[in-house]
Amino acid sequence: MNGFLDYYNFKPVAEWIHSSLCGVMPEGLALFLEGLVVAVVIILLYAILAIALIYMERKVCAFFQCRLGPMRVGKWGLLQVFADVFKILIKEIIKLKNSDHFLYELAPYLVILASILTFSCLPWHNGMGIIDFNIGIFFVLAVSSIEVVGILLAGWSSNSKYTLIGAMRSGAMMISYELSLGMAMLAMVALSGTMSISGIVESQADGWNIFKGHIPAWIAFIVYLIAGNAEANRGPFDLAEAEQELTAGYHTEYSGMHFGFFYLAEYLNLFIVSGIAATVFLGGWMPLHIAGLDAFNQVMDYIPGVVWFFGKAFLIVFLLMWIKWTFPRLRIDQILTLEWKYLIPICLFNLLLMVVLKVYGLVF
Amino acid sequence: MDITLQSIVFVLVALAMILCSVLTVTTKSLLRSATYLLFVLLGTALLYFLLDYTFLGAAQIIVYAGGIVVLFVFAILLTRSDKSLNAKLKVSKILSSAVAAVAGLVVFGFCILSHSFAGQIAPSGKELDMKEVGIALMGDGKFQYLLPFEAVSILLLACLIGGILIARKR
Repeated sequence: MNGFLDYYNFKPVAEWIHSSLCGVMPEGLALFLEGLVVAVVIILLYAILAIALIYMERKVCAFFQCRLGPMRVGKWGLLQVFADVFKILIKEIIKLKNSDHFLYELAPYLVILASILTFSCLPWHNGMGIIDFNIGIFFVLAVSSIEVVGILLAGWSSNSKYTLIGAMRSGAMMISYELSLGMAMLAMVALSGTMSISGIVESQADGWNIFKGHIPAWIAFIVYLIAGNAEANRGPFDLAEAEQELTAGYHTEYSGMHFGFFYLAEYLNLFIVSGIAATVFLGGWMPLHIAGLDAFNQVMDYIPGVVWFFGKAFLIVFLLMWIKWTFPRLRIDQILTLEWKYLIPICLFNLLLMVVLKVYGLVF
Repeated sequence: MDITLQSIVFVLVALAMILCSVLTVTTKSLLRSATYLLFVLLGTALLYFLLDYTFLGAAQIIVYAGGIVVLFVFAILLTRSDKSLNAKLKVSKILSSAVAAVAGLVVFGFCILSHSFAGQIAPSGKELDMKEVGIALMGDGKFQYLLPFEAVSILLLACLIGGILIARKR
């Protein structure tokens, strides 16, 4: 029945490459070389997506504010971001006096490490998940928590009050919102019955989770979007870099590519949050299937999975940008009240509701 | 013994962990010490991943890197206790720490050498299924851990209440 889904499957190609490499060299060396190639591909994709997202953000922001956005460099300003990237690459990386250089230089790498590790968990296409453990979602939550350490170290080692306050604020915020993020995920894991990312995607072959789980899935989706927005330090939750009060939060003192890493990580975290939402709630690379309508499903299968994945992820990216450019920034006490007094009780209740519905077979 | 990719990675991770552990205790700055500790804990997680025990690896990262080290860093940032590290150590303190260290080395060395490990604990190439871990943790049969699990949760509750009691202003 899933003829076309199998046609697009990447797994046979990957297995063929692996077996032909093993034919000419020992398996360890083959694995090492494959790992190297995959790493280079991930980093390239990371950079390209960052450029696309920055361009999109500037255009979306401009349209929300009735402006045109970048228009001068290239057609519709298409080359503007490339120019900016080139500029940031040739900027000097300033060494601060009286600061801990080791930690100061380490912090951006910790942030980008966490971001790339979560980035490589996304299910790009059928059989093309890069890191695919049977605890996939748990792994994503785990490695994304390394980022907080990077932010705190950046704030402290810059040896400035602005950065320290910015780091404290965003550290407190990220630790808090990790809870409701995790619990929203937990509800969806209870629905799918698996934590593996490929397993979650495959369990949505007869309808996406957001339709299968109806009410609790919608609650989890909304909570996830709010918490994910906060995790990415964006939207109404960007008080870490509240320009009016803190200049630029924890990355005030950074220059050149070190600042670029924070900037990259911020945009890619936006994409990762959207990608995980697309995976867990909207079926990842899985085409839109409606149980029973086989002809319709067949037509949908003609569109390759990678198109579906990017379509869904960018839809949610647009949604989050919409939120960012619509709502004003919250204060730190409002943010923490929202999390601890509203989102966590909602999440706990939602988890219970999901489990009860699942046990009594009331989900599709 | 032939050299596999697995053993090369193991040796590299182990060497990095040893280096970072030594740096953790020798460095002068408290925050650097916490950072090296973070590397040691991440290295431990890597070893678990190397053994295909991905659940424990991820738990190691989320509990230690995401929880404990962040807590340490927060505490250091909020308390400014950096100066106490630069104080001169007394000779008696150095001696007693040396004795404790040697005693620890003897105990651990004796345990490691005398304990017969179950052959070569080589990775089976198969991930431990999450369901098995869950059932072992939540079951009340033989070799299952419901009682310790609940006991630990009571301990955590006691810690929470204690923390609130100390932090609360009357």
